[in-house]
Amino acid sequence: MSNARTAVKTSNTRRPGVAWRVVLDRAEPLIEWIIRLCGWSAIFFVFAIFFFVFWEAVPALFGGVNLIEFFTSTRWQPSSEVRPEYGILALLVGTVSVTALAMAIAVPLGLGAAVFISEFCSGKLKEILKIVIELLAAIPSIVWGFVGYMVLGPIIIWATGAAVGVNLLNGGIILALMSVPIIVSVGEDALKAVPDSYREAALSLGASRWEIVYRVLFPAAKNGLLAAVLLGVGRAIGETMAVLMCTGHAVQIPHGLLDPICTLTATIASELGESVSGGMHYSVLFMIGLVLFLITFAVNLAADLVVKGVRNEQR
Amino acid sequence: MAFHSNSISPPPSPLAPLPKGEGRNPFAPSALEKHKKIKETAAQWVLAAITLMLVVPVAAILGYLFVKALPVLSFSFLFDNPANRMTAGGIWAPLVGTFFLVLISLAAAAPIGILAGVYLNEYARDNWITRSINLAVMNLAGVPSIVHGLFGVGAFVLFAGMGRSLLAASCTLAVMTLPVIVTSTREALAAVPMSFREACWNMGATRWQTIRTIVLPNSISGILTGVILQVSRAAGETAPILFTGAVFFMPTPPHGWESFFPYGLDDYCMALSMHLFTLATQVRGVSDEYLYGTAVVLVGLVLVVNSASIVLRGYLRSRKKW
Repeated sequence: MSNARTAVKTSNTRRPGVAWRVVLDRAEPLIEWIIRLCGWSAIFFVFAIFFFVFWEAVPALFGGVNLIEFFTSTRWQPSSEVRPEYGILALLVGTVSVTALAMAIAVPLGLGAAVFISEFCSGKLKEILKIVIELLAAIPSIVWGFVGYMVLGPIIIWATGAAVGVNLLNGGIILALMSVPIIVSVGEDALKAVPDSYREAALSLGASRWEIVYRVLFPAAKNGLLAAVLLGVGRAIGETMAVLMCTGHAVQIPHGLLDPICTLTATIASELGESVSGGMHYSVLFMIGLVLFLITFAVNLAADLVVKGVRNEQR
Repeated sequence: MAFHSNSISPPPSPLAPLPKGEGRNPFAPSALEKHKKIKETAAQWVLAAITLMLVVPVAAILGYLFVKALPVLSFSFLFDNPANRMTAGGIWAPLVGTFFLVLISLAAAAPIGILAGVYLNEYARDNWITRSINLAVMNLAGVPSIVHGLFGVGAFVLFAGMGRSLLAASCTLAVMTLPVIVTSTREALAAVPMSFREACWNMGATRWQTIRTIVLPNSISGILTGVILQVSRAAGETAPILFTGAVFFMPTPPHGWESFFPYGLDDYCMALSMHLFTLATQVRGVSDEYLYGTAVVLVGLVLVVNSASIVLRGYLRSRKKW
């Protein structure tokens, strides 16, 4: 009897008030509805985010801003008195270039670490590495930004002789470090999901561990690994504070690694405070938010579909 | 091969020294096997080096931050208000601001998130609604934090009429951190064996009674882990509170009972992350130690909270009986 009680912990054993329990049981239909509403709330919030950002962007979206010019012009002069111009091409290029650089660093590192943790480690070391990666993911973006601004910037100036330490390279390195944990953890999950029978079959044919990794595991887990990379891309595109502090905030199309740039997220963060609420500049910033929302939505949807593909294959 | 063809001569005594030379030892690795072995070892070392390249610099950076911050780290740094145009004193007011932001966002996000997790694991059937909820949760986690900030401005500051305030900032943080709680609650509930529920249903209990008396008590620690993760996430965020309520400076009571409750729900508030951002980028004449000290307290806070969640999870796994 005591055994059973320790195995299945119930809160019924010593309950002080019977009345309280009766109320909780009577209210079952109501409670079920509350639970259902909370479950649906996630959908509600996603729509609400879209709606409210869209609503504030309406003045710019319909009248005021020419959409073609918005996406193809590199001139971003929102606070000009005479003729303000809202072209986000330079910002888009800034976001894309810093994300691409970050991924060029983070994907090999992240997937390499995922393979090492999943296939070449065991026991204590594996546990420790997983915990370290998890703690890496927890470091707040503002702290990463601070590190890029105060520590990495001077190092870059010292190493390359660049005029300013906050630039594309700095932002790329910091973003890479920030998106590595998600690539490692999702990639490791993807490798873990490959059935052991695959590994055993390869072993029995005389494959070495490295051959198992790149002949068996990579093809078998390619969708999961792709999803890991996509989630890393999503994280890098949406990152705000670190990029704001590390990339130098110069609206221009970069010509080299050492040029300062400006991204979509950083523009919103730095300019919303100084724009007049309800004005055109303000509304255009919400429009950039809308663009960001749609980009990350597409990236996440792609990652989700890719993962779904894995599940269907395995069935 | 050499052994078998030569079967007339007696087999070599096991005590005799092994024959010298290539090809005589049948167990010697062939050229192909040697090549494979070398490749495997090389791959292993390269991958280990890659993993080290991730871990070591970050550890070095954290250590560097800590060493640079050492001169200012003291109790008075934590418990004094900022003074002398932010260049002296401590970080008490932002610290309390972060505490209240986290507390209120937790109070808003925890019930909704936990119940949403209960719905997804206990009630939802495998249909298109559930699939879209899962997609929505994933998207909510993927939306850039600055877009959450814009949402907070549109929904809470303007539409709901909260103005830029502690409450609006907390609500924005709550929406942003909701997915953390939902996913970990769902995982915690999914770990409770189905047989527990079936046993309870067989006793005539309804679905809700089963959840209340069996499922939740047996998964409470897992849910707690998610809640702790939410706390660490909310404490570190800057972008969502930048325009919804956090400000660089608020006059706050310096001492006594009131210094624990410096902000009303409809006041602006200070926050540690915001404090670090403005100190580093917009204030001149802040000494380096002061900056590093603020960064170390923030990152220390987040890492301690996260480690607590990891320890709790480990304890849970060791104690699990099914």
